[in-house]
Amino acid sequence: MTGQAQDIAGGMAAYNFAYLDEQTKRMIRRAILKGIAIPAYQVPFASREMPMPYGWGTGGVQVTASIIGRDDTLKVIDQGADDTTNAVSIRAFFQKVADVAVTTRTREASVIQTRHRIPEEPLTVSQVLVYQVPIPEPLRFLEPRETETRKMHALEEYGLMHVKLYEDIARHGHIATTYAYPVLVDDRYVMDPSPTPKFDNPKMDMCPALQLFGAGREKRIYAIPPYTRVVSLDFEDHPFEVQRFEEPCALCAARDVYLDEVILDDKGGRMFVCSDTDHCEERRAAGNRGHLAAEEAYATTEAAQ
Amino acid sequence: MSGPREDDQPLLSVRGLGKRYGDRIGCRDVSFDVWPGEVLAIVGESGSGKTTLLNCISTRLEPTTGAVRYRLRDGQERDLYEMSEAERRLLMRTDWGFVHQNPADGLRMSVSAGANVGERLMAVGQRHYGNIRGTAANWLERVEIAEDRIDDRPRDFSGGMRQRLQIARNLVTGPRLVFMDEPTGGLDVSVQARLLDLVRGLVADLGLAAIVVTHDLAVARLLSHRMIVMKDGAVIEAGLTDRVLDDPQAPYTQLLVSSILQV
Repeated sequence: MTGQAQDIAGGMAAYNFAYLDEQTKRMIRRAILKGIAIPAYQVPFASREMPMPYGWGTGGVQVTASIIGRDDTLKVIDQGADDTTNAVSIRAFFQKVADVAVTTRTREASVIQTRHRIPEEPLTVSQVLVYQVPIPEPLRFLEPRETETRKMHALEEYGLMHVKLYEDIARHGHIATTYAYPVLVDDRYVMDPSPTPKFDNPKMDMCPALQLFGAGREKRIYAIPPYTRVVSLDFEDHPFEVQRFEEPCALCAARDVYLDEVILDDKGGRMFVCSDTDHCEERRAAGNRGHLAAEEAYATTEAAQ
Repeated sequence: MSGPREDDQPLLSVRGLGKRYGDRIGCRDVSFDVWPGEVLAIVGESGSGKTTLLNCISTRLEPTTGAVRYRLRDGQERDLYEMSEAERRLLMRTDWGFVHQNPADGLRMSVSAGANVGERLMAVGQRHYGNIRGTAANWLERVEIAEDRIDDRPRDFSGGMRQRLQIARNLVTGPRLVFMDEPTGGLDVSVQARLLDLVRGLVADLGLAAIVVTHDLAVARLLSHRMIVMKDGAVIEAGLTDRVLDDPQAPYTQLLVSSILQV
């Protein structure tokens, strides 16, 4: 998976394979291994400056750079989409510094870096999902002291997590947390699944793929090994529920997927479309049509005739 | 049951307790016992070591010398500083309560009153929202906070209400020992009187043992069965509250008692 310094520009200063130097990768891999050994434990690591601002996925990029090899195929998604700025930039970055194959197809990717979403297509044992995490500490907003939150993790004092959910129900009548919804991993550590919608929480449970989480600014790495129990926290009388959507995707008619609301005009027009663009495209290629995809479908059929 | 009755033995025993801050003395050679259901007042002037002593016996501050032993619910007597941190913290949120002088130190100011009271229940594993809320509402009523304030944050409460909320939050798990650091400090006189009345009622109803630190002899008189008087970090007099206040023996206690304004 490694490589020696690669001479890109004929004798000029060059990047090492995948941007980071080999010592840094070793350090990050050690943190990853420790994270896998202790599921959901936040391992501190010496996060490096990356050629992008904090908040753009510096943690995820460092994790990806440390695990990616020459024969890997990389997919990068941002809000479920492959064509948003952040996804395009990170994909271009790895094409440039590692010269790896890239794809938008979930099925074809061996490493998937994501912000927010887990692909709709079920992941396999041969894939690694890398999350970009802004705030790794689930207890942060209730207990600002890092010394105290570490102690709470060490002693499994997680009552405070339920205080947050209690507040939600008291204020809104139901658990109103819709993203970064806390989970208990392997019956031990409470973890913040980063800003993924809670819709994706069930996909983390017993997932065949390795899940790695990198927080660049906060200098933390954590992991969920394949086939690990991940339970969303809840109350007995207010069980965990995922979002439900009333209408199917306007383009591919998919139900039971996570939808984005898109405003169409200033007269209240709106559409709901798959947040996972790859999933949506594949379904359309297979002939599924939503109500707003009708014309396009008609045009293709006409052209075919 | 075999062995002596639980009430015959002290709940908490302090022996030769001392705390030094470098060359300075916080408190020295303090020994006393607290029995189940008993309220002990620690009085003295500012800087006499009252709060240092309270922090040392409630495991918030490690003493330099001496031992603090506590009788657990199973009857076993343990040295607090030989217990693991996990055991101590469990003890603090189940069997003990700590009422701070400033309610903001003991409450979560940004979550609702109901969640403040429910936090300890959730910390000991309760996971039924309806039950937690019911218990919280019940406790708010007991400390005279209107039930419709259950979803308000302590920020929106008056000083007296905050202090009562802090008491409810501490008592919800049915502790056997409550530490109070100047519980009526910073409250006006009429609110103080009502709070004292409430605390006295609760302590009697629940059979709590309490250790109350105060500089206010009236608080000691109203709440406590026994009291110890401190000066310069040492205990100079100890005894039944009535005896100490009506017949003070040590010169400093005489001074303290005589300096109360008689209205």
